[in-house]
Amino acid sequence: MSGLVLNDVTKRFGTFAAVENVRLSVPHGTFVCLLGPSGCGKTTLLRMIAGLEDPTNGAILLDGADITNVPTHKRNLGMVFQSLALFPHLTVGENIAYPLRIRGKPREEQKKRVDELLSLIHLPGYGDRPVSKLSGGQRQRVAIARALALSPRLFLLDEPLSALDAKLREAMQVELRQLQQKLGITTIVVTHDQREAMTMADTVVVMNGGHIRQAASPVEIYRKPADTFVADFIGSTNLIETAADSSGAATIFGHRVQGLALPAGTQRATISVRPEDVHLTAPGSGAIDGTVTFVRDLGGTIETFVEAGGQQIIAVSTPRERPDVAAGQKVGITLSPDVCVVLKQ
Amino acid sequence: MKRERPQSIADYGPLFFPAGMLLIFFVVPFGTMITVSFFQRQEGGFYTPAFVLSNYERFLTPFFGGVLSFSLMLAVTVAICCVVLALPFTYLLSRLSRRLQVFWLVALLSILSLSEVIIGFAWSTLLSRTGGLSNLLVAVGLLNQPVALFPSFGAVLTGMIYQALPYTILVLYPAIVRLDPTLMEAARTLGSSPVRAFFNVLVPALRNTIMATLIMVFIFALGSYLLPQILGRPQHWTLSVLITDQAIYQSNMPFAAAMAVFLVLVTLGLVALTLLVGRKGEKA
Ligand SMILES: Nc1ncnc2c1ncn2[C@@H]1O[C@H](COP(=O)(O)OP(=O)(O)OP(=O)(O)O)[C@@H](O)[C@H]1O
Ligand SMILES: [Mg+2]
Repeated sequence: MSGLVLNDVTKRFGTFAAVENVRLSVPHGTFVCLLGPSGCGKTTLLRMIAGLEDPTNGAILLDGADITNVPTHKRNLGMVFQSLALFPHLTVGENIAYPLRIRGKPREEQKKRVDELLSLIHLPGYGDRPVSKLSGGQRQRVAIARALALSPRLFLLDEPLSALDAKLREAMQVELRQLQQKLGITTIVVTHDQREAMTMADTVVVMNGGHIRQAASPVEIYRKPADTFVADFIGSTNLIETAADSSGAATIFGHRVQGLALPAGTQRATISVRPEDVHLTAPGSGAIDGTVTFVRDLGGTIETFVEAGGQQIIAVSTPRERPDVAAGQKVGITLSPDVCVVLKQ
Repeated sequence: MKRERPQSIADYGPLFFPAGMLLIFFVVPFGTMITVSFFQRQEGGFYTPAFVLSNYERFLTPFFGGVLSFSLMLAVTVAICCVVLALPFTYLLSRLSRRLQVFWLVALLSILSLSEVIIGFAWSTLLSRTGGLSNLLVAVGLLNQPVALFPSFGAVLTGMIYQALPYTILVLYPAIVRLDPTLMEAARTLGSSPVRAFFNVLVPALRNTIMATLIMVFIFALGSYLLPQILGRPQHWTLSVLITDQAIYQSNMPFAAAMAVFLVLVTLGLVALTLLVGRKGEKA
């Protein structure tokens, strides 16, 4: 298969497993984001793909060939480090030409490629500047250009945008995604910013404690989280306990939810309901009873906190469909079965 | 940040201490030395105040020219050898675990506590015919019979490198530890083997540190006067040896002072030249 395949990759530092039994298949040309809380093993996984860290177990395959024991400098990849790692003794142009120079490419070819890349990253004519005279965003782009200079088979980035301010970061996310689509290069980005992952990725890989919890498209990750960790980590959600009644239908706080069934054989389960899928109605008429405790009007969205069955449930709505409620008021909560995602235990 | 010009004498206060130290420990001794270098020597005695140039005239001869160039050549060789040895060593050291690094640094510091005399006699034993390293080579089968490896130029060089290497490593260490380790990793992802990355990333990135270290070891080696005497033949004696000889054994202070002044001036000139060339190279 063309692309990158990780077969049960494990990395232990002493007895501590930083990455454990990771299986992942990345088709050629895909943009993957590794997403997860701090310390979950994202950087370690990326460094193993780059060959900067040796896996304790497992194999890494690139385009069908086992590269687990191939040294980094023979893997033909481009990597952008969190610190960017631009060479301070070289100019912008010399930094970008470094991989070409190492391989003994003729001078004219180096110069041509540098000019090409400088215009690709919207910095034409910057070749002779020292890297210390660039702004953060410009350095970012130079690091990207240097990594792409040889049209590598794999493009790896470790939190490339974390040092930039919020506005520039959003702009660079879009730019990076467009660049990747233009070049059709297999790309893996580490991030702990879920907006960033959602903006750029074809596939989001959610990690926790060294394990992959779910690998799927951004929409699927959001709409159909696999377990409580993913549901809670991506966006905000309401996690609600359900139980099956005698007829097998699911009940929430004793109320039957029409049309929602738990998987065969399970008695209790946790479901995830996104706040924007929670509808508030008048109490009674089969809805779950609740009491409004607080209303937060953020202008663009309105968050209503409702206490029901001893638990807090959050409903989010837009000003247009603003629920006419105030704190202390009794309301009904209706959940349509298709927005309730039953999570793995 | 904008700095205001000093208004009163009190504003110069912070400068008094360093200025005082400089005055007491550099200007006064060096001034004394310059003064003495123009004094008239009393045969078999001390010297009398005068203004004569004969002390300087005396070493404008091929003999002293030869000694001076040998001294400079020896110091340059020691400096280059030390830096060439210390750079890879310190880089590898910086990648060890904290505990091993501390162990090595303590070991290096303990070498610094050895006096030049001990180093000299230790090496003269190691390089001797009876008890030395050549016996090992005979045992391994590389030599037919033990030979004396000293006195010789090689022995002088070995001793001086041994003495200066810990300094070199301790000066390079902080700069190498501070260097962003991802620079070397980036070079590897871009296609450099670790050895190539060492030469085309680490060395140029540390250019200024390396230059400063070379100068420091050069000056350090220039002052060595015991090792050339213990481990070398008279033709391996440096200007520092002659200065010592004149000052202590011949009681010719004015001549010793003149040689010392000359050595300092030549050294300063060379250092200035090196910095100038380095500055030019940076601009290009
Ligand atoms: N060289 C190492 N020696 C020992 N433990 C390590 C080493 N490198 C990483 N770890 C541990 O492995 C775990 C995963 O680290 P990693 O750097 O991969 O996390 P991460 O997901 O990139 O986190 P962050 O988002 O904070 O960068 C952490 O608990 C870390 O302490
Ligand atoms: Mg990380």
